[in-house]
Amino acid sequence: MKLTNEEKTAAIETSQRILSNYNQEKGSLIPTLQQIQNELGYVPSPAMEVVADHFNVMKVDVYSIVTFYNQFRLTPPGKNQVKVCMGTACHMRGGNIIMDSWKRRLEIDCGETSEDREFSLDRVACVGCCTQAPVTVINEEIHAKVTPTRVEGLLYAYQLDKDKENKKAGEDN
Amino acid sequence: MGKKINLTIDGKKIQAMEGDKILWAALENDIYIPHLCAMKEQQQSPFAGCRLCFIEIEGKPRPVAACTEPALEGMVVNTRSESIDRLVEAGFNLIMSNHHIDCKICAASGACELQKIAKERKIRLKPKKLVQLDRNLPKDHSKDCIIYDPNKCVLCGRCVTACRTEGTAVLGLAYRGFERMVTTFGDIPLGETDCSGCGSCANVCPAGALIETDN
Repeated sequence: MKLTNEEKTAAIETSQRILSNYNQEKGSLIPTLQQIQNELGYVPSPAMEVVADHFNVMKVDVYSIVTFYNQFRLTPPGKNQVKVCMGTACHMRGGNIIMDSWKRRLEIDCGETSEDREFSLDRVACVGCCTQAPVTVINEEIHAKVTPTRVEGLLYAYQLDKDKENKKAGEDN
Repeated sequence: MGKKINLTIDGKKIQAMEGDKILWAALENDIYIPHLCAMKEQQQSPFAGCRLCFIEIEGKPRPVAACTEPALEGMVVNTRSESIDRLVEAGFNLIMSNHHIDCKICAASGACELQKIAKERKIRLKPKKLVQLDRNLPKDHSKDCIIYDPNKCVLCGRCVTACRTEGTAVLGLAYRGFERMVTTFGDIPLGETDCSGCGSCANVCPAGALIETDN
């Protein structure tokens, strides 16, 4: 996905600021990446390049670390974060079907963010309410016993909310 | 360093340089041990990831990898036994279960290490008991002189080492588990990287995943 110029400069500035607290000891590489993720919500490629330069390692090695650990994400989180549970119970109740319908409807893959930055899609291991399987969490709100039709409904509801907000904003102006 | 030592491999008395790993001592004396990831230049810090070069050393309770075990004076080594053969076959089958097999049209056919191992150890190329897992990843044709087919990669890491010693260090291993693959920074095609097209990766690839073309 393409980053905007503001995002690129923000990434470079943030990582340079964070790196100024660290020496070139390679043990600090992962803590640095974690801090970048904490501030920006993701680890963008320009930041990885800055980090690689600082620690004097190949940039593809930094990429290797970021893709290895699940805790790092490569795309900016969307305005609405969709997390589909793929835990044992949800998996048995068709979690992968729900994941597929989200992928199809949002036209993105797991771990990605839609082009308009409205939605990001992720898989989680278990959200702790297995009786409600299959579960989808949108912005900390739990949706129980999701079906592909429910996915359509949820998206429609968000669309309506957005339209209402836009209308309100238009009236205020 | 530089001192000659004597050891016995499969009943054959051979000489090796002190500090050399057993794998290289054996290969230099025409004793074949299956191997994919080993590189002679890197023998002091071997990758030891393919798990195919297992051998038995008298006095050691378990099989060891020949690429990590230094040759010592008076050592007695066995490269074939029932348990070794089973270990190697299991490892080889796992590697082949997600190697895209198309030997008939593969450019590496004939010079392929996988074919060589299968022939030497009489193992089927296509594992009988394992499901074939094809990842169907797209081929990378973006560089004129190199074709990269990730579906044939066996993750030996030789291209990564070669790219760092002879090339411009664009290749690396990324992702985890079944998704692990040789790739570039940000998964961009080779043609858009600083790749110099030196072809050293294709030269060391044992499986035909990286192929040098004439262009």
